This record gives sequence, C-alpha cells and structure tokens, in this order.
Amino acid sequence: MENDLILKVKNLNVMRDGEEIIKDLTFEVKEKETLIILGPNGAGKSTLLRTLLGLLPYSGEVIWHTKSISYLPPQELFQRRDLPPLNIEEFFKFKNVSHEKILNIFLAVGLDSSLLERRFGAVSTGQFQRMLIAWALVDEPRVLLFDEPTAGIDVGGQETIYSLLHKFWLERNLTILLVTHDLNIVWEHGDNVLCMNKKTLCYGKPREVITPEELEEIYGTGIKFYKHTHM
Amino acid sequence: MEFILALIMGASLGGAAGYLGTLMLSQRMALVAGPLGHLTLPGIALALILGFDVSLGAFPFVILGIIFIWLFEMRTGLPMEAVTAVVFAAGVAITFLFLPEEKAVPALIGDISQITFLATIIVILLSLIIFFMTRKIYSKMILAGISEDLAKVQGANFRKYNLMYLLGIALTVALGVRIMGGLMTAALVAIPASTARNMSKSLTQYSYGGLILGSLACILGISGFRVTGLPAGPLIVLVGTFFFLVSLGLKR
Repeated sequence: MENDLILKVKNLNVMRDGEEIIKDLTFEVKEKETLIILGPNGAGKSTLLRTLLGLLPYSGEVIWHTKSISYLPPQELFQRRDLPPLNIEEFFKFKNVSHEKILNIFLAVGLDSSLLERRFGAVSTGQFQRMLIAWALVDEPRVLLFDEPTAGIDVGGQETIYSLLHKFWLERNLTILLVTHDLNIVWEHGDNVLCMNKKTLCYGKPREVITPEELEEIYGTGIKFYKHTHM
Repeated sequence: MEFILALIMGASLGGAAGYLGTLMLSQRMALVAGPLGHLTLPGIALALILGFDVSLGAFPFVILGIIFIWLFEMRTGLPMEAVTAVVFAAGVAITFLFLPEEKAVPALIGDISQITFLATIIVILLSLIIFFMTRKIYSKMILAGISEDLAKVQGANFRKYNLMYLLGIALTVALGVRIMGGLMTAALVAIPASTARNMSKSLTQYSYGGLILGSLACILGISGFRVTGLPAGPLIVLVGTFFFLVSLGLKR
C-alpha cells in the first residue's frame, strides 16, 4: 500500500430495488488529490458518494485511510423551509465547534459574521452555498466529498465556489472528490477523472482519458470539445 | 400537601412534555400525542376499575398502540395517520364498552385529586429521563430534518434515536393522562411548542421556551384548579391557549 493512499475502492457494486446502480467500480484516491466524478444524470455518481460514506449497502471493498471526512449533498436536497427557528450559528454548533472557529471559517469563505444570527435558509442561494462550504470545512476534515456544488448557481457564483474550493485545497491539503457536470472544472482542477455510467467508462488523468469519443460515450451525444492548454 | 405535589408533578412533566413537543412539532408529529392519548383509554379504564395507578394502566397500551401502528403501516403501506386513526378509534370504542359512566370523566380529562409522594417522585424522575433523552437526540433530529444524509455522516444512529424518541413520547403520554386525561394529552406537547415557535428567533429559545411554557401552563392550570375547583386538565389547556394567543402578537 502506498503511504499517501487515502481511499481504495475495489469491485464496488451497488444494487437498489433489484436494479444495478453501480457495477464493478475500481479506483484509488491519494492524499491531496482532486478526483472529479463525471457522468450523465442517473449514472450513479451521487449513489457512489453516498456509498463511500457508508450510507448505502454495497458489495466489494471501500477502504478509507482516514475518518476525517466531510460531505455536502447537492444544495437542492437541503430542506430550507418549514424548519424550527434555527439560526446559522446553531447549525454550525451541531458540529460542536467553537464560536471562534466559526468566525474564522466565515471570514475565509467571505461571509459576514452578522449572518450567524440569521435564520437557516433565510439567505441567498450564493450565500447559502458558501455557508455550506464553511460548514463542511469548519472541523478541518482531510477529505471533502462534494456533490454538484454549483447546481442552481449563476456563472459568477460558480466561479466563486470553485475558487474557494481551490483555495482550501491549496491551504489545507484537502483531498476532494467532486461530482460535477462542468468540464472546465475537470481541466482546471482535476488530478484524476472517473467517468462513469453505472460502470467505469474512463479513469485517469483528464488530459489522457477525456477525448471527444469518450465524451460521446459518456453523454451519448456530440459534446463540443475544447481541450485546454493552460493549467 | 396534595396540591404542592400536583404542582411539582405538573411543572416537571409539563416542562419535559413542552421540550419534547418542540422536537415533535419540528418533525410534524405534534398531533401524534392525541391519538396515542386516546389509545391509553382502555388502560386508564382498567386502572380506574381495578384501582391502580392510571399511568401504569396507560403505558402498556401506548406501547401496544405504537407496535400496532408500526405493524399495520409495515403490512399495508398506508400512511401513518390512516393506521393511527384505525388503531385509536378501536381503542376508544373498546374503552366505552366497559368503562363505567362515573369513571368516564376522570378517564377523559384527568384527575389530580389523589396524588401520592411516591407517584410525584416517579414522575419527576421519568420527566428528567424524557428531558435528557430528548436533549441527546435533539440536534441530530433537527439536522436530519435539513438533510438526513448529513445527520448520518455526523454519526446519527436513527434506529436508536427513533426508539428513544418513541419511548419519550410513550412516557409523556402515559404520565400526561393522569393530569390531562386520555382526551387532551396532545395539548401538553403541541401548545407550548407552537407558542414557543411563534416567539423564538433561535433553536435554544424555541426548545427551552417550550419547556418553560409547558411548565408554566401546568403550574397555572393546577393553581386554577385549587382556586376554582374546576378540573386541572382543561384549565392547563386554556392557560396554554392563552399564551398561544398572546404569542401571536409577539410573532417573530
């Protein structure tokens, strides 16, 4: 085993209601790696993240070499209405962290500390997503699993979210597993990419495995392909 | 002396029920205590006929009711409120087949006239258990209302939590029927929680507001019984309702 290995997945299979959702996935993630998980809707990407977290039954091997893991589901899966009067600071206190730590992470994601007294959910979509990133990182995890972090956010907001993630990746030696549909992110931030549609379609460095033919196989239609030359 | 014991019993149970009620309201389960209270009626009837403690009679029937509701829901796939309606209606029907008419009023609206020291101590201890069990699961259950996956990743064990939650509800209902009767137990959990929600800006204010309001409603309702001789259960409900109406003006 390599010392910097943080996750090993071997022959992973997930069934739900008799249907095969994930078939025979094998991959590894090293410390400080950013693995992008790419695939069409219904490919099993979110199921994969939930399985890695032990939320779903599976067969095969999932071996984590850390317990310091944080997870953010897609924003649309958060219940923001009809909640009891919970303020944002109390939401952070669910993680048993100090007020000082909360203030620091708020500063780091560019949020005003006055938001801490706001009701959970009574903030804009962009602020809400930054707040969730802060929540995911406040207890200083080694690994972040992030499912479609920019769904429902405008282009400017998306850029901010990814810049933030990149900043934390640099500063904190984070390992990131990221589900996204955004090919730009694959080029700019992905160390490795796992393309899947229930089974593995491609796995490796984006520059080596993402080709027009591969994209057509993943999404089943012609995707305009602009290979980035900068990094 | 009996009055002081009733006050202490009411204050502790009212507080625990009000606190638990805030969690139940956030899970949209505040009304569940109603049908469960009705389910205790056969147990209360037995206790009144055979002369033992009404809470002892009520508790096994709440547990039995919860098991039946759970089993029927599993077997039929019907919504929980539908199977609850079936079970509690059957419970009420059975009660009125054999409950003597003169026992009907205390069974339905409670009776605090014969409270013993031992019963008071037991209620205080059980109220503390309800409070601490609820406090243990509170934040994870609220987090689960936002995202169940997040709560699980934070280490929430929902099998254990649901068991503690249901046990807390069952205990509250079984103890509550002594003061409120089988008819009005839901008021102990639903009204203080609703009032607290109207007045709170934070979860702490909300949860402890429910505790304080529940306790206060019981203290004032039981005091009202002492002064007027009217039954304590309905007075507690009316005090709670008064607080609720005041809270409408303070709604945040």
